[in-house]
Amino acid sequence: MARKPKAPAKSKAAAKAPANSGSRLNDDIGEDKRLKMFQLQLEVRHLETRAHDLFLQNLVKGTSHLAVGQEAIASGFATAMRSDDYTFCTYRGHAHTMVRGASMTAVLGELMGRECGLLNGKGGSMHLTSVEHGAMGSYAIIGAHLPIAAGAAWKSQYLGTGQVSVCFFGDGTTNIGAFHEAINMAAVWKLPVVFVCENNLYMEYTPIGDVTAVEHPAADRASAYGLPSIIVDGNDADAVYRVARDAIEMAREGGGPSLIEAKTYRHFGHSRADPAKYRPEGELEEWMKKDPIPMYRQRLLDFGIGENVVSSIEEMVMKAVDDATEAAKASPEPGSEYLFKDVWADGGASWRN
Amino acid sequence: MTEVTLVQAVSMALARAMEEDENVVLLGEDVGVNGGVFRATKGLQKKFGSERVIDTPLAEAAIAGVAVGMAAQGLRPVAEFQFMGFSYPGLDQIICHASRLRNRTRGRLSCPIVYRAPYGGGIHGPEHHSESTEALYAHIPGLRVVIPSSPVRAYGLLLAAIRDPDPVIFLEPKRIYRAVKQDVEDDGEALPLDLCFTLRDGDDVTLVTWGAAVKETLAAAETLDSRYDIDAAVIDVATLTPLDMDTILASVEKTGRCVIVHEAPSTGGFGAEIAARLAERGLLSLLSPIERVTGYDVVPPGARTEHRYLINEDRIIAAARRAVFFPEAPTEQDHTMEDA
Repeated sequence: MARKPKAPAKSKAAAKAPANSGSRLNDDIGEDKRLKMFQLQLEVRHLETRAHDLFLQNLVKGTSHLAVGQEAIASGFATAMRSDDYTFCTYRGHAHTMVRGASMTAVLGELMGRECGLLNGKGGSMHLTSVEHGAMGSYAIIGAHLPIAAGAAWKSQYLGTGQVSVCFFGDGTTNIGAFHEAINMAAVWKLPVVFVCENNLYMEYTPIGDVTAVEHPAADRASAYGLPSIIVDGNDADAVYRVARDAIEMAREGGGPSLIEAKTYRHFGHSRADPAKYRPEGELEEWMKKDPIPMYRQRLLDFGIGENVVSSIEEMVMKAVDDATEAAKASPEPGSEYLFKDVWADGGASWRN
Repeated sequence: MTEVTLVQAVSMALARAMEEDENVVLLGEDVGVNGGVFRATKGLQKKFGSERVIDTPLAEAAIAGVAVGMAAQGLRPVAEFQFMGFSYPGLDQIICHASRLRNRTRGRLSCPIVYRAPYGGGIHGPEHHSESTEALYAHIPGLRVVIPSSPVRAYGLLLAAIRDPDPVIFLEPKRIYRAVKQDVEDDGEALPLDLCFTLRDGDDVTLVTWGAAVKETLAAAETLDSRYDIDAAVIDVATLTPLDMDTILASVEKTGRCVIVHEAPSTGGFGAEIAARLAERGLLSLLSPIERVTGYDVVPPGARTEHRYLINEDRIIAAARRAVFFPEAPTEQDHTMEDA
């Protein structure tokens, strides 16, 4: 099984760079975290692109929902989270699961329905879960996981474990009842949970603005639950990291939940079936200028990180994705006996009859 | 031993479970300070604190979902819906997540939750306060549906439900919440979840039922015996899913006749499942067609007509006699089987 690439040893960039860029690099975020976020964003980008290719080769069945263009949010949050914190995400959850530490092979394997998959091929693209990495599930029903994340946070609070639940969802979720029920409860009980709306402007095919009474679907609702309105540039991993760090810290210290709206854009359509023809001409091009990855790469260079360091991360990630692809392809498909397993606690699908 | 009603037995079991395991927490609308709309959680918040007996907002989707999050992380939540008719906003959580997390994660996450709800008619409530939609839940793989029909079974089955590793829909027949008192020993002993309870042995006809209808079915069995010399067995199914068909089949093999009694509407009711399984596995034992005595296929009516909707002893007696006298039609003169 291909391992996730490890970040290279800390570069000497800060020493070599001009004084002002070194201090910018080693600010409150620092070089290590920035290199990690760059690597995570690349991993997501290439893994998602590979998933798309595997679809075209008919190696992934069903549908899938890619987060290409939205990498900075998952990467920024994962970098700010403690290893035992919980992630809850949606069917657009490959990124959120992998950035917590799930192996690329297990993620791709699950997409391809193989034995090596995170859930041995039974969960599929929309249900990626990696309990040992705190990735507590991808939930394909809109809004469902907000109360679930609140419940997990309730347990952390009750047992005093200090764990924080981070719950990612799309803009479309803000109009469903469970969103409001969960945030209200979390606010009333001051639960250690951070709700993160990834506002990519489209709920599925319909622009969120056409069907929402307020301009900012999450942030404008925050005041209804006594929470501050927080909007962050979801394509800037540093900005995401800072807002994540503050919200998680507040939650961990008993300050209660946050609701964060991260503005972003998905480069692909909603799902495999969607060519995204509904987007106005030029919109994608405008957002491509704000593609989080080239932007972040340039920032690293501007901060004095060497080109060789950056490109070695790029090569390493590409190789890791290639290795994971081959490992997943080589893994067998689960046998039909899987159908009749794990419905009940005894591991089976029937009891007495 | 303490003599208690069914609802008091529920309360006793909850207290016992909470004493035994601090991972057991209760949540629901008005369950804390007020002790619940039917007083099932009376006094528990005082005893165990507001941390463990949680008054929630009026938000069933979130109640059901918060319980999923708690349970998947190791707690044993008992969530109350004030009435079964109010559980539907929580259906997404129950069907899509509570019942399936184990399957989709290959056992890595699971949901040991009990969703409690008073169910059924007989309190002159409007439709949402009176319905019996247990078949909706029984249709869902991964869920248990458990219905006690006496204080003893309420205590033992609720303890078993809370300790069970799978999600349980625990439906409490509110019409008989306070109908009878029984001695219930608060000894922490659970009853088995995967067995039907044979309440009465009999050789002539098997009456299969659950919930509040157990009361009328037992009364009917007495009358069948005293007035018609018909010896009826009575089985309280208690756990609808997974279903203990063996107990039902064993009785029907002996009697050759079966009457299924439930308060819910007939079409797609859980009686249909039992009838189908009897046809599959017990057809050659049957001496007469399977009879069903059920609610009508209508919406539960309002208070003034409810008595016309709810099943009664007479309908059960008539069905049992039709089965026993088949292929002849029973007449009022038929006093004994020998006479027939």
